[in-house]
Amino acid sequence: MSEIRVLSATGILGSGFREETLKRAMALKPDFIGADSGSTDPGPHYLGSGETLFSDSAYKRDLRLILLAARAARIPAIIGSACTAGTDGQLERLTGIARAIARGEKLSFKLATIASEQDKGYLKKKLRERKITPLANAPVLDEAVIDRSAHIVGMCGIEPYVEALASGAEVIIAGRSSDTSIFSALPVMRGFNPATVWHMAKILECGAACVVLRQYPDCMFATLTNGHFVVEPPNPDYRCDPVSVASHNLYENSTPYELVEPSGVLDTLHAKYEAVSDRAVRVSGSTFRPAQRYTIKLEGAELAGYQSLIVGSVRDPIILRQFDSWLDGLVKAVKERIRAVFGDGIERQYRFDVRVFGRNATMGPLEPETGIGHEVGLLFQVTAETQALATALSKSVGHIAVHYPVPEWSGLITSIAYPYSPPEIARGACYRFNMNHVVEPASPLEMFRIHYENV
Amino acid sequence: MTKLWQVAKLIRSKNSGPFELTFDVIFKDREIYEKVRDARIINAQWFARTYRLTPEVVSVIEYDAAAAIKVTIPRPVISGDVDDTDVFGGQQYGPLVDLEVP
Repeated sequence: MSEIRVLSATGILGSGFREETLKRAMALKPDFIGADSGSTDPGPHYLGSGETLFSDSAYKRDLRLILLAARAARIPAIIGSACTAGTDGQLERLTGIARAIARGEKLSFKLATIASEQDKGYLKKKLRERKITPLANAPVLDEAVIDRSAHIVGMCGIEPYVEALASGAEVIIAGRSSDTSIFSALPVMRGFNPATVWHMAKILECGAACVVLRQYPDCMFATLTNGHFVVEPPNPDYRCDPVSVASHNLYENSTPYELVEPSGVLDTLHAKYEAVSDRAVRVSGSTFRPAQRYTIKLEGAELAGYQSLIVGSVRDPIILRQFDSWLDGLVKAVKERIRAVFGDGIERQYRFDVRVFGRNATMGPLEPETGIGHEVGLLFQVTAETQALATALSKSVGHIAVHYPVPEWSGLITSIAYPYSPPEIARGACYRFNMNHVVEPASPLEMFRIHYENV
Repeated sequence: MTKLWQVAKLIRSKNSGPFELTFDVIFKDREIYEKVRDARIINAQWFARTYRLTPEVVSVIEYDAAAAIKVTIPRPVISGDVDDTDVFGGQQYGPLVDLEVP
């Protein structure tokens, strides 16, 4: 086969694409449809809690159209990083949605699932064998961190997908996966030049993100030969130019010249981006360096505590003129009140933080501008080991803060506007990412479990 | 004086994973890109000062293919941790916008 045609349904499953665009793309006869379903971008909540970025309805809408199109054309559909973080529970959730779609639409297919959640005993053994190494800015990883983690996933490469495709899988849903592996597996399996393939995969993994002006999420299409690929949006309202395609290498990547994958590194230093038409771009010239050692990236999240929040704002110019000293006094008064109510030692069981919107809520202590405007927004944040304690403490915070005085006014003042009753909001569990490491498995498949079923 | 936003078609910041923050400045045309690039206006010292880091941990990459300059720094706080202010890292480029360029 001299070329392969690749359809990326959308940048992230659940965010959507136009049904009309998918139809147009299917007329171009793709060899498979891929879609990424995950990211660490929205933070540690999804890996920690197992909840999902989008609703089941949103996943179902996108997945239904993909499965219908793929089955009608008898081509594989490949979904990676199920339901945001790719935990086993999230994989099961997306698989359940796929089964329900198949029942409703009377589709049948061979489904492969690739589970990527990691066994803690396995990781501790790898740690003792010094087969786990840190990446940039990694926090300390020891056995206690592994034990504390709510979930740990390994980011798979192309190999589990290749294994599933070779076993005849028609639909693949994977747990955590590198975004690019979703799009690289089939072309690499068919023997295409890995440099061309991985570069194509990087451009396609975010769907229509590489167009000149992306107004809404949509599909993207590439035609790949050994020496180059041509990327052209199937949506007639979109166009790519050499700069828009080259610019996509910048996105969410620490360097535009390298893309690190389990099996090697894509190097785009000498890549050429040429206009084929006013909306299609030909890309060639990248190289791929196979890795000296095969590694799988780990992602872990642990519980950081439970939070209660209070939102309020201040408008009184008298308070705003002395805002810093007023707020310092308020924080001290809050902490004294909490000690009076909950006793000595309570200070070790909670954190009280204030975010000041209108001063430095965005950049925190790095904010170079010091002025404030005609009002400021306040967010009081209590973090404790249980939700009950966080909420109980925040009730004292709310009352002390709302009446905290300034010397200019005599009598009882109400110094903060609360938009809600009650002012406190239970935010629930909050999590933190706790590893940025790679593992050296004995084989590329060792850390992943492939399961087949006839749906 | 011309400001960076006047010669850029995009200035953005974003996570590059939960542990790194990356900034992209994509210029309106190659001529101005080369002028700013060669004047070394966007440099490790400026980022180190602004984001309170040592210059050694700041990576500045010139990307001619897109007439862009990319800067990557360690994230001040891990994305989504209790002290974090910006989970996506998307609003950390403010100080760059009004940087003076030749």
